[in-house]
Amino acid sequence: MNVSQMAIRSLDAFARMSIGRAFASGIGIVAGGFLILLVLVAIFAPWIAPFDYAAQNLLNANASPGWPHLLGTDEFGRDVLSRVIFGARTSLSVSATAIAISMAAGMTLGAAAGYFGGVFERAVMTVVDLTWSFPDILIALIFVAIIGPGLTSTTFAIAIAYLAQFTRLTRAQIVRLKRETFIEATINLGAKPSHILLRHLMPNAIAPVIVVGMLAIGDGIVLEATLGFFGLGAQPPTPSWGAMMSSGTAQLFLSPWVIIFPGVAVAVTVIAVNLFGDELIRALDIRDRLRGA
Amino acid sequence: MILRYTFMRLLMLIPVSFSISVVIFMIVYLLPGDPIDNLLRVGSSAEDRAELVARYGLDRNLIVQYFVWIGNMFRGEFGEAIVLRRPVADLVAQNLPYSLTLGGLAFLFSSTVGMALGTISAVVRHPVLDRFMRGFILLGSTVPGFWLALLLILFFSVNLGWFPVSGAGGWTSLVLPVLTIGFGGVALVARVTRVALLDAQREDFVTLLHAKGLSSGTILLRHLMPHALLPVVTILALRIGWILGGAVTVEFVFGRPGLGSLLIRALGQRDYPVVQACLLMLALAVMLGTLIGDVAQASMDPRIREKKT
Repeated sequence: MNVSQMAIRSLDAFARMSIGRAFASGIGIVAGGFLILLVLVAIFAPWIAPFDYAAQNLLNANASPGWPHLLGTDEFGRDVLSRVIFGARTSLSVSATAIAISMAAGMTLGAAAGYFGGVFERAVMTVVDLTWSFPDILIALIFVAIIGPGLTSTTFAIAIAYLAQFTRLTRAQIVRLKRETFIEATINLGAKPSHILLRHLMPNAIAPVIVVGMLAIGDGIVLEATLGFFGLGAQPPTPSWGAMMSSGTAQLFLSPWVIIFPGVAVAVTVIAVNLFGDELIRALDIRDRLRGA
Repeated sequence: MILRYTFMRLLMLIPVSFSISVVIFMIVYLLPGDPIDNLLRVGSSAEDRAELVARYGLDRNLIVQYFVWIGNMFRGEFGEAIVLRRPVADLVAQNLPYSLTLGGLAFLFSSTVGMALGTISAVVRHPVLDRFMRGFILLGSTVPGFWLALLLILFFSVNLGWFPVSGAGGWTSLVLPVLTIGFGGVALVARVTRVALLDAQREDFVTLLHAKGLSSGTILLRHLMPHALLPVVTILALRIGWILGGAVTVEFVFGRPGLGSLLIRALGQRDYPVVQACLLMLALAVMLGTLIGDVAQASMDPRIREKKT
């Protein structure tokens, strides 16, 4: 069995065991249902959005919420609802891509550090502890300073900002698992390090990392919105929740809905992510394992 | 013992600040194009160029350049701002006090209000209050700071007209920014205080104090609080950096002068000497803040002192 098959199998097992159980409570259903809906909205944005997100109509600028513009229009007369819907695409894809990169890199580094130990572990953990005390926005800004504003740099900035978290967590899991009897037995049976790591350690370590990754997507959305708000993320006319609010500040008095609705979108999404993440933690019963890291 | 810990902790700062300064130094070199072009304003003469090359030692190798640069930083010579056309040191000196005031007040606000709320919810222990606290904590940790800032401006400044919309004139302009940054901190501190107090209440010595006939108030203030303070200090030590990070965002929204707004504006204008100076100062502030937090924690808990030294 090759690595990708193994990855698919462990993910599949994970889904069958836990996602289902996270939906068992009322909060889990509401939060999880909202997130599924949001992903669908992001995917089918062109078919759902009532208007073209970039179509300007200066005669109808700053129109208040009503018909046909349910959430009003912005200073160029663009439909706010359509822009919020397309903004979901930007926010979700940037955050999810960033966290996926961060998770992959963090798991590799953390697993290697935890498994091999020694100088390598100390070097990795020194760097991780170094970034640990720094607020994510500062790390992201340093990175944006290097590659300049834009969605690519936002993605990488978010990935770097949360790298320490995944590295720490994975390492803690691996270090804990390494002491277990079944790993000792496998080592004594003469298994190769790659076999032990991929076949025995990672499948057992992956659950907390995935849950933290899920929660980090929420943080990533906030960070993406913040960078977008500073004008360092998505560049116009790409709709993003943060950038919408940034252009809305100039019309704060005239058309507050331009900043209110994208903000509601960010807040509700992040709250849903957190609530669902909490349910996942409960369903998987991994609170203690998260605390140890 | 505490001195020894402080000394060890200070020693640990050396490699950290070295690595951070290298990263910030490298910004100009990792950018596409000639670093000198990133430091020069458009339309500079050949002499300006030569002078800058000489000042930064750009004709020498990278390691020498780093030491030249960091030496300049130590002497407070941050160079000249490209867009604002003023010495960066002046800009930093002008903006730093605003950030420190805001950060300090936000820290004070979130620790005092957070501890008070946490204590109340631990003593009262009412299910409705508990639920309210949990909702508050969730909101505090998830709502983006800049959006909260905008909503507060909309409500208190635009609709009610209580506070100025932006700027930094007088104490009224501080209220909303401090509330915005403090919000997340209050929620976090309240939760930690509550859990710590509830845990402490279950200890045997508390039962003994009750048996001795001490009043609940005395037990809470004299015996439980000092006990519960430790995790609170731990979380506050961790939060110092985050409060500064929050200040960066919130300053910008409220149009307050400060390192954060300076940095973000400079990033947009690609004014790299300013970017480097701001990042360096912010990084320094985070490190010193964390250091103070760690030392405070160690002075309260001998276990930490022993573990680290």
